[in-house]
Amino acid sequence: MNLDQQLLGLGDQLRAEGVAIGTSELLDAFAALGEVDWRERASFQQALAATLAKSPEDRRVFDLVFERFFFRASEAAAIEAGIREGGEGAGPGERAGAQADAAAGRIDLEELRGQIARALAAGDEARLRDLARLALAAIGRASDGSNVVGIDVQRIRRVLGLRSDPQPEYPDGDPRREGLPREALRRFEAMLRRELERAQIERTRELPPSRPLGDLDRALPSGPAADLAAVHRVVAQLRRRLASTGMERRGSDRHDHVDIRATMRASLQTGGVPVVVKYRPRRPRRPEIYVLCDVSTSVTSASVFFLSVLHALHDSFRRMRSFVFIERISEVTDTFARQRSFKAISDAISTDAGVADVSGYTDYGRVWSEFRALVEDELHPRATVIVLGDARTNGRDPRADIFATIAARAGRTFWLNPEPRLYWNYGDSVIDAYAQWCTVFECWTTRQLEDFVRALSGSAPR
Amino acid sequence: MDSLPESVDALAAGLRAAGYLPGGSTALVAYLATRLDKPVLVEGPAGVGKTELAKALASYLGRDLVRLQCYEGLDEAKALYEWNYRKQLLRIQAEADGAGWAEVQDDIFGEEFLLARPLLAAISAKTPVVLLIDEIDKTDQEFEAMLLELLSDFQITIPELGAVAASSQPVVVLTSNNSRELTEALKRRCLYLWLDYPSIEHELAIVRLHAPALPETVARKLVEMVAMVRELDLKKPPSIAESIDWARALLLLGRSDIDAATFNETMSVIVKHRTDIELVAERVGLALQ
Repeated sequence: MNLDQQLLGLGDQLRAEGVAIGTSELLDAFAALGEVDWRERASFQQALAATLAKSPEDRRVFDLVFERFFFRASEAAAIEAGIREGGEGAGPGERAGAQADAAAGRIDLEELRGQIARALAAGDEARLRDLARLALAAIGRASDGSNVVGIDVQRIRRVLGLRSDPQPEYPDGDPRREGLPREALRRFEAMLRRELERAQIERTRELPPSRPLGDLDRALPSGPAADLAAVHRVVAQLRRRLASTGMERRGSDRHDHVDIRATMRASLQTGGVPVVVKYRPRRPRRPEIYVLCDVSTSVTSASVFFLSVLHALHDSFRRMRSFVFIERISEVTDTFARQRSFKAISDAISTDAGVADVSGYTDYGRVWSEFRALVEDELHPRATVIVLGDARTNGRDPRADIFATIAARAGRTFWLNPEPRLYWNYGDSVIDAYAQWCTVFECWTTRQLEDFVRALSGSAPR
Repeated sequence: MDSLPESVDALAAGLRAAGYLPGGSTALVAYLATRLDKPVLVEGPAGVGKTELAKALASYLGRDLVRLQCYEGLDEAKALYEWNYRKQLLRIQAEADGAGWAEVQDDIFGEEFLLARPLLAAISAKTPVVLLIDEIDKTDQEFEAMLLELLSDFQITIPELGAVAASSQPVVVLTSNNSRELTEALKRRCLYLWLDYPSIEHELAIVRLHAPALPETVARKLVEMVAMVRELDLKKPPSIAESIDWARALLLLGRSDIDAATFNETMSVIVKHRTDIELVAERVGLALQ
């Protein structure tokens, strides 16, 4: 295959991943390649990125797809040409691999752990690549691999004892004492994955079927404080959208509706001739929103995300009451009204919301009955109830009947579940018990959040 | 210098000479922009040198910089062109009798009565310029749509005159703080460059370039602290410009080390919200003691 076809193939894959690429972008990409030294990998990738990926999210997807595409392309070429590692055509990196295989029997595991930890702390990319092969040689092939790359990566990582949290049992000066940098660990895992895939391809002598990027690959970074800024940037955009959507009117909505009764009444003044046409008054839509947010430990990673969503919603909607719950429910509307800083809010909620009782496990049944008692009189058909939670009851009674009465009184009820759809109704998740009373959205990426926002501001009742 | 850069490295060196240290793909994308005559859309948080890039490009290429600062409500009369009504009126009055309607009408919609605003000025300049359209995300979508003709064909259509084609090819840089999603149509016409906060080494080099008198150890400590401050969840994280300001402030005050006292005194150079100051004082101040 020549370069043109390869590039078009890359464009196709990017499109399949949802990056909007038109013919004009591809033309630009070719023009750009004409200007740079594209035999160099970095400038090749950057020239393509500048012309094909036009937002930070697209750029992330682009880097992933680029990596995957050309890895597959080169492996396919290698199979075609019949090149095997350790054979004639091996480059310097390949030779290191061959040595690694030979040395596998003699590798001291403890020494290897130390070396990898040091390389991780130093961020030495090339050395890590070699060490990944070494680790694979030492561990991957000794025991029987599961043939599922993801599982093997985690297994190797466990054997190597690579963790991002501090491990005080190590002596001073050892990078593991402070915990390894998360970013470097992630990169090392990617390298392991690459190597495992390479080994697999070599064993089977064919390319595995290509799979689309999992949502996990491009999900929101869900680590604690460090990624908060990233979530916030996204929510800031969302806030703007929330503030502006729902205000403009589209299609037939743009026209005023004639109020026949009023027109007739006015026509009496002019002898029954409708000179003055009366229109129905436009009633601005003012959603009343009730948000319930699960803050228990099972949704820890999502709750920062959810709290920032709550934060953004509060900025955009005046008439909104928010609650957090674990075992019982607590209203936090005032906290949000008083505090502007997100940090202060999440602190306040975690310290004195008083939602955890004894066990710290979510009790949906109790939450529903308390919520109903709190707002029963206020719920009416123009109100919207949004629940942010994973519907994991920890074996307790879901009390879907109470939830049904709440949903029946409110105009619309939404459920945002931070778990991938795959895990729904698995274990103690009872989302289906509630799903019949409300609209459930899978929501753990910003894109999914946007889908939800569209639903929220699009089809509102008046 | 009037010709276009020969290679990416030449352009990177040129930018460096102009006092701008390009990082990562910046030089490459800028190079592509000059070679392909495509506008560049530069996005990134505030204060990472998006505007500076345009200025440095202008000074390296030896071109004038035409700048259009965008804001909400910016319209074509302020961005593209406007008819000089007063002059038109004078012209009509001066010829009140004698001249026929057709002549006067032809006359008063001529280039003589046109007030060129930044965009028209940029494409009708005798020598090529660098056009900076700053903070495009501040305008509304209608304005973006208006730019499309300019960005793809480098021409502006004036109803009374027809299309005015560019007499020289400007290098166009658009910046955005990503406060709003720009339209696909605009992005399609541009090269895309995402600028983020620089790595510690890169920022150190920038600070050293702009405050050469500051000892390296102090500069390093300063940059590391700024990176630490950026990690916190602030309303406005400090920008590169503020790192430089802080370095200069330290120089002026004659401090040779950043200790807790110095930090508390000069913190307001990099942090500019009351709540932020409290947070930073609490977190970073503690780390210093």
